Amino acid sequence: MVNYLQIPVLSRRVMKVWLRNWDVFLKTYKVNFLPPFLEPLLYLFALGFGLGTFIADIQGVSYARFIAPALIAISIMNSSFFECTFSSYVRMYYQKTYDAIISTPLNIDEVIAGELLWGATRSLINTIIMLPVIAAFGLIELPVSLLIIPFSFLGGLLFASVAMCFTAISPNITALNYPAFLFVTPMFLFSGTFFPLSVLPQQVQYFALTVLPLTHVVMFVRSLTLGTPTVHLLFNLAWIVVVTTLFFVLSVNLMKKRLIN
Amino acid sequence: MVIISVIVAEDLVKTFGEFVAVDGISFMVEEGEVFGFLGPNGAGKTTAMKMIQCVSPKTSGKLEVFGMDVNTHQSEIKRFLGIVPQETNLDPDFSVYENMMVYSRYFDIGRTDARKVTDELLDFVQLDEKKNVNIEQLSGGMKRRLILARALINSPRLLILDEPTVGLDPQARHLIWDKLRSLRDKNVTIVLTTHYLDEAAQLCNKLVIMDHGRILEEGSPQEIVKNNIGTDIVEVENGPEVKVCLDDMTADYEIIGDIVQVYTDDPQQVTSHLLRECMLGKITARTATLEDVFLKLTGRKLRE
Repeated sequence: MVNYLQIPVLSRRVMKVWLRNWDVFLKTYKVNFLPPFLEPLLYLFALGFGLGTFIADIQGVSYARFIAPALIAISIMNSSFFECTFSSYVRMYYQKTYDAIISTPLNIDEVIAGELLWGATRSLINTIIMLPVIAAFGLIELPVSLLIIPFSFLGGLLFASVAMCFTAISPNITALNYPAFLFVTPMFLFSGTFFPLSVLPQQVQYFALTVLPLTHVVMFVRSLTLGTPTVHLLFNLAWIVVVTTLFFVLSVNLMKKRLIN
Repeated sequence: MVIISVIVAEDLVKTFGEFVAVDGISFMVEEGEVFGFLGPNGAGKTTAMKMIQCVSPKTSGKLEVFGMDVNTHQSEIKRFLGIVPQETNLDPDFSVYENMMVYSRYFDIGRTDARKVTDELLDFVQLDEKKNVNIEQLSGGMKRRLILARALINSPRLLILDEPTVGLDPQARHLIWDKLRSLRDKNVTIVLTTHYLDEAAQLCNKLVIMDHGRILEEGSPQEIVKNNIGTDIVEVENGPEVKVCLDDMTADYEIIGDIVQVYTDDPQQVTSHLLRECMLGKITARTATLEDVFLKLTGRKLRE
């Protein structure tokens, strides 16, 4: 019987897996830097300044200021989620990268942990690129919003860990479209991103707060960009830390079950 | 000084659910040996190799590599191993040179040392001119050579190869053989699986023939052939009189379709008997090979 919550056996060798991905990232940096730079511009123009002209304000702020933090939170989600689903699946299944690495002193726990840290790093990198673009439009409060940078790593790790669980149980790469459409897209729309959670029925609000990780990430980021951090931040942070830890451990064990037999 | 065997397996078992892949095998590999696992597909060779490589935990029994248990000392053992897998798992995101450098990092080899060793190894497998080429542009033979070079980056004491020359042209195969012999001369212990029995006969000084998860035969290629068949095989066209004649002289033979193979140490005696006493035509005598033993022990039925 596999113990899905067995504590992973890790050493500093985890960083070698991270470094491998970093090296590949640097080789293709031009392609990698473009999306996080362009994406906020497209959304801001279309929604913030386009759709936003029909909306007076939400909760006392302009529509563009309301969605700016959501764009950052969505980028944190997408960067690590897609890195640790499709990209990790390609490395695991098609390129046999994990097989090659576990033939060296590294173990599978370290490989998966390295992948998760790398997924989180993608979120961090994209946030670092995105933040100045959004700040240039004067939509976020500084310097308090700079705290989003370290936070994006934690948020990234949350989505990376959840994503890796899906990767571990996907029978093939096409099956990864299910979590993309049934999990990521609903979160994109219903996590207090483009309209406040409070307009939704009470039950849906509870649902979003309990099982949609993006809800907590949006709340955290928004309170920083609006410069109104409250004690609620700690609740969001605690939720994120607990869920991240749980899925981090679970994803390592699920992957171990899939790859080691 | 205590000489520790490189690999010691006793009653080694590996099961996948109900299926028994390796069914209580015992063997020993000593330092400097070239040890071969032979057997039909599904015999349990790759499973046995994966346990030695510490990537698939054993179910029961004893398996020690360099005196360490494979289930508890994986990292320590893997530090001394070089692995050439059956499937090509080079990193397509990197060039030839980068593949070596990235791999060296997993073994904690410093950059300066890694550069030096990489240059030496690419030269050793004759890929120095392909240094900056991307993996996808390499031919099959070049990829196998690069995998061999990559497996040597940590100067392994035990090199494990799963079908090292599968799909290669004769030139590339001979080059790989040549490299393996020069490693053997440097006292690197080598364990390999292969379906090419001439390859096993050429390279291995000890081998086991496996089938259905068990070891059927063990020894040097020559011993195995001698013990199971004798030195030679006399082949006769099958006919009703052949069986009678051979039974008369109490020969050890096998009927394979329209050919009868007689196993013997004295082909001249068998041949002249068949010619004179039985008036048979179409007789050929040849040296017995490992392939003959292999088919005799594991049968001629197709696997999978």
